[in-house]
Amino acid sequence: MRAAAAILAALAIAALAAASAAAAPRASLTEIESEVMCPVCGTLLELAESPQAKREKAFVARLVAEGKTKAQVKDALVAEYGDAVLALPKGSGFDLSAYLVPVIAFAIAAVALAFGVARWRRAGRGPDRGPPPSGPSPEDAERLDADLARYDL
Amino acid sequence: MLAVLAVVGLLVYGLASKGSSGVALGEVAPASSLPRLEGSGDGSLADYRGRWVLVNFWASWCIPCKQEAPLLERFQHRYGGRAFTVLGVDSRDLSGDGRAFVRRYRLTYPQLRDGDGAAAHEFGTTGVPENFLVDPAGRVRLLVRGPVTGEYLRDQVAPLLPGERS
Repeated sequence: MRAAAAILAALAIAALAAASAAAAPRASLTEIESEVMCPVCGTLLELAESPQAKREKAFVARLVAEGKTKAQVKDALVAEYGDAVLALPKGSGFDLSAYLVPVIAFAIAAVALAFGVARWRRAGRGPDRGPPPSGPSPEDAERLDADLARYDL
Repeated sequence: MLAVLAVVGLLVYGLASKGSSGVALGEVAPASSLPRLEGSGDGSLADYRGRWVLVNFWASWCIPCKQEAPLLERFQHRYGGRAFTVLGVDSRDLSGDGRAFVRRYRLTYPQLRDGDGAAAHEFGTTGVPENFLVDPAGRVRLLVRGPVTGEYLRDQVAPLLPGERS
């Protein structure tokens, strides 16, 4: 009986925790620190230990404790330090090229490769290829015989 | 071909935007517009053209800046006016921390905010604090990479100024 009550209580606590987590998704401090920079050190915030980094970490921790989402925390950091505080470029404006250029370059290379292969295969199959050589011409054969006659093989 | 051109263009842009910068003695100091640390609106070194300006790059997390700030405030109190001002630039700092610093040290000279460090980059600073004495024509006359001392202000900066508070 007591065991059943304990199991019920545990299930109730777990359900409550899950419900509260779903209602207010919180930013993760460690996750944010791995996605933003320490502007003074030029490294990820999670790796930085400078006085500026400590202040920045405290700022992030405070916003996380206030229940801000990851996007809100990042926006606040950008407002303080500018776009350079983000470790990954934004997906808009000129920064979008960081994502688009590799994709476009890959697509162009793939298309060029496909064209090249198709052309190569067409050339290899040979409907427009000339007939295979059927031995030397009479003049070549005559000259060959003359050359061979000069050598006693 | 287009992709190659795009990649080369990006590389050139990256190199150009990360190129060396900075200001040397005798050169015209950068005068980009920056938001004011306290209150609203923007300010710029250009607003003080015609005056001597000691541009002081600082941050609230910088320990030497804490020792330097009271000296600068005393110097401002003595020489600040129509002919001279200290101009603080809070660089790569949280604005709330910067404002708390100004209140704590009771700084009365104007303060600009350089959150992303762009102005510091234009001046070619290597850290904080750094100080640039700019003459009324906007040219850098003195440059101190590190905190200024009371002796430096008295012996190097003060003799260049008109002298009396106007």
